[in-house]
Amino acid sequence: MTAPRTTDAPPAAPPPGVRGPKRRGVELVLLLGAVLISVCGYAEVGFAHDGAVPPDAARYGAGLGLLALLAHLAVRFRAPYADPLLLPIALLLNGLGLVLIYRLDLETPHDLAATTQLVWSTLGVALFIVVVLVLRDHRALQGYAYVSVAAALALMILPIFFPAVNGARIWIRIGGLSFQPGEFAKILLAVFFAAYLSANLSALAYAGRRIWKFQFPTWRVLGPIVAIWLLSVGVLVLERDLGTSLLFFGLFVIMLYVATGRTGWIAIGLLLAAAGAFLIGSVEPHVHGRVEDWLDPYASIRAGHGPGQLAQSLFAFAAGGMLGTGLGLGHSVLIGFAAKSDFILATAGEELGLVGLTALFLLYALFVARGYRAGLALRDPFGRLLAVGLASIVALQVFVIAGGVMGLIPLTGMAMPFLAQGGSSVVTNWVIVALLIRVSDSARAPLPEAAETGETGEPARVEAGR
Amino acid sequence: MIRYIRRAAALCLLLLAALLVNAVRVMLVEAGELDANPANRRGSIARWAEPRGEIVVDGKPVTGSRDSGEQLRWERTYRRGPLYAPVTGYASQTYGTTMVEHAEDGILAGTDPMLAPLPLWNDLTRGRSPGGDVVTTIRAPMQEAAYRGLDGKRGAVVALEPSSGRILALVSSPSYEPGVLSGTGPDVKDAWTRLTTSPNQPMLNRALRQTYPPGSTFKIVTAAAALDAGVVRDVDAPTDTPDPFVLPGTRQVLPNSARGCEDASLAYALQWSCNTVMAGLGVDVGLAGMVEAAERFGFDDTTLRVPSWVAKSTFDRDMSPDQLALSSIGQFNTTATPLQMAMVAAAVANTGEIAQPYLVDRTTTSGGATVDRTPRRTHRQAMSPSTALQLQRLMVKAVDEGTGANAAIPGARVGGKTGTAQHGLGNTGTPYAWFIAWAQAEDSGRPAVAVAVVVEDAEASRTDISGGGSAAPIARDVMREALRLEAESRASGTPGARGTRGTDPPPRPHGPPGTRPAPRPADPPATRPRTIPPSPPPRPRGAPGTAGTP
Repeated sequence: MTAPRTTDAPPAAPPPGVRGPKRRGVELVLLLGAVLISVCGYAEVGFAHDGAVPPDAARYGAGLGLLALLAHLAVRFRAPYADPLLLPIALLLNGLGLVLIYRLDLETPHDLAATTQLVWSTLGVALFIVVVLVLRDHRALQGYAYVSVAAALALMILPIFFPAVNGARIWIRIGGLSFQPGEFAKILLAVFFAAYLSANLSALAYAGRRIWKFQFPTWRVLGPIVAIWLLSVGVLVLERDLGTSLLFFGLFVIMLYVATGRTGWIAIGLLLAAAGAFLIGSVEPHVHGRVEDWLDPYASIRAGHGPGQLAQSLFAFAAGGMLGTGLGLGHSVLIGFAAKSDFILATAGEELGLVGLTALFLLYALFVARGYRAGLALRDPFGRLLAVGLASIVALQVFVIAGGVMGLIPLTGMAMPFLAQGGSSVVTNWVIVALLIRVSDSARAPLPEAAETGETGEPARVEAGR
Repeated sequence: MIRYIRRAAALCLLLLAALLVNAVRVMLVEAGELDANPANRRGSIARWAEPRGEIVVDGKPVTGSRDSGEQLRWERTYRRGPLYAPVTGYASQTYGTTMVEHAEDGILAGTDPMLAPLPLWNDLTRGRSPGGDVVTTIRAPMQEAAYRGLDGKRGAVVALEPSSGRILALVSSPSYEPGVLSGTGPDVKDAWTRLTTSPNQPMLNRALRQTYPPGSTFKIVTAAAALDAGVVRDVDAPTDTPDPFVLPGTRQVLPNSARGCEDASLAYALQWSCNTVMAGLGVDVGLAGMVEAAERFGFDDTTLRVPSWVAKSTFDRDMSPDQLALSSIGQFNTTATPLQMAMVAAAVANTGEIAQPYLVDRTTTSGGATVDRTPRRTHRQAMSPSTALQLQRLMVKAVDEGTGANAAIPGARVGGKTGTAQHGLGNTGTPYAWFIAWAQAEDSGRPAVAVAVVVEDAEASRTDISGGGSAAPIARDVMREALRLEAESRASGTPGARGTRGTDPPPRPHGPPGTRPAPRPADPPATRPRTIPPSPPPRPRGAPGTAGTP
């Protein structure tokens, strides 16, 4: 990619005949499979717990099926060329998440979450449909760069005025409803980064000074974006929402790298991250405790306080072994209050085993890969950056929380996309799916325009969505 | 840009690979270590997720389980808990297990691989079998008679079947209700605190885990040593023993509470419990001979399991002659568990051979199929058969017309030996009244039962033949039940004093005599110089005051 464009020139069409078929039928079959798997899981939980299929299994299946069907129809009519894997994967993960939460609800009858989660999922799918229907072209978002960044900052600052929950000020409560606005800010920031970077590609790449080996862009170009990013990370640290600040950081570095191709960014980013993490880790007591716990999860056991959350989580994973205990037969409820949200993966690990966990990871990997693939196939830099950004958000979220609950990195509060309890997270992730559907539709759709010239880079590899 | 997108994708792939490698590390490589972590409750949850198997006495379970609905779900209940507590022990979610609950935990909890329908079945299915049952050798009527006899006084009773080693009664008093320790929570903790801090030590299994100075009951061991060593060749011949007897190398005089002990025969000495004669014989046998004899009876053995472990009964290996004299009459550092003294009585009854004592007859699956059966095993040859036969005669005499008259049972041949032991500083502790005995129905080929009873008896004084006073009646009641049960089972056509086993080994022919040390020329029998040779002063090691052991 050497010919940056700062205009909204219409993207070029590849040679005719390369575009693949629509593959909507495949999507429908896969959706049915996803619904079936979720219903089977639901039935299995009932069997393990009561020895009988839950009475509302059919209703659950019908509800999930209806959601799938509606989403599928929206895609069929409004994004007919979209990638056929994105929606089934999201639905399957969401369905499995519901099953896992329902399974944990059986252990905590005083604190039920599955129904709420189902409502949120419905809302998420509804929002997905709305986005797919309303947003006819992703490039329309380019014009909202500054609006979205303002909205993102507002959303992030809002919770400061609300009381903290579990040490983090990331919630706003309106009536009985609590919402994490920071979740939605992810998308807005990704949109802003994509728009800003695609608009300033050449300036970022070629203007500015050289310092030693690094070609630095001018502050005029770099300033706003760094300021925004610092501001958002700062706010999140202030709110103790470390997971999200880590996510923004990674997102920013990846998008900057993809936009400019300068490895220096990665290096600088990593250095900054390490320095920042070290600083925060040693200064902030809340974070410091998390780091200590990561370095030695069993310290509290030796001190006679019993196992901490991370140790309990590791116990759960270890109990799963290769094949797992089977749905409904594990004891991940021992983890305590965050078992359904941050630690949902421990339940998956214990009850589905390494095999099931690997399947989950591969589903995420496939989802991320399809996002990246759409980015590769697109012709406009904004779309590319947006697809990469959105896919990276999912990938980073999975890494940060899965690594956290499995002792790979210090634990930071964050929800496993689609899987974990958390309304804001589910809704946000469904919007991400909607945007990726929109982007992939435009990537795979045959376009009437003439082929673009001047593209000397690697031609976009496109394949039919097999 | 394409290239950079690919690289970014590769980075995401790398993150995923890291996650997978880490998952393998946690879930497979370190899994065993994590599973075994004591803070991991999964083991406990699985352990209590199903009802435990039952412990069976006389064909009826004395245990049960109740569904508590808690995380550690099934809690142990006991039928007649205090009566059987020394046998069953407790099985507590909070405090673990003891006694048979502990020794047979694998069977009761269902983890024993022998319970699985196929080898490795449980490993494959990640499950566990339903808990199996443990059938004990205890006979309920005897257990109840012993418990009734002790009547809450501090003490213990052990009854054995001499020929097989089956433990027929195992009672410790005062006892406790093991069920109060089942489960979790403040009630259990309070009960534990109450039981462990009680001055009566109700949770102490006095029958297996408490050692007492055996007092005069140890004279049976000394007599066996003297006969086996050839120190005494004729039990009715007078020994050369002065009365009062001065402990060798000291000015201490050893008193008798019986009369006529001067130069008394071994027979008389056992019949009336002469300290002087038996102490003299112990010195004559010599330290090595006495240590060897005591060890043949099972003293200084730490390996005995019945299947619960048993405290070590001690006979000191390193003593001066005066200490040896005291040890030979069950004083000084000699200590014994009630089980050990029951084995002494059983050795006499079973012509010198001690069968391995055991409490668990067999274990079965929950369906009743036998998993394992405890075989009859020879534990030790305590003395030669001829010595045993002579001692039988002497013990019978002690009951018929001696200190043990209170244990006589009409229509049965009963042999016994009394004992009283002082303890504590200056003998201020409550004295222990001992009685060991065995009984044989007149129409039976072999003794049915051997018993040891120990009671802490404030009334016992060294001038009273208290072993005969407070302990002998308890032994008599227990033996009477044993004889009754034996008669019943013979009437119903089942051999042996029980109705649980189909076939019995025939009465054993007398085995080869144990190693009999030849009388040493350096130690001529029955002649001791009256002059006291100079010897180092006695070590100040718990030497009793004027300790008499009737």
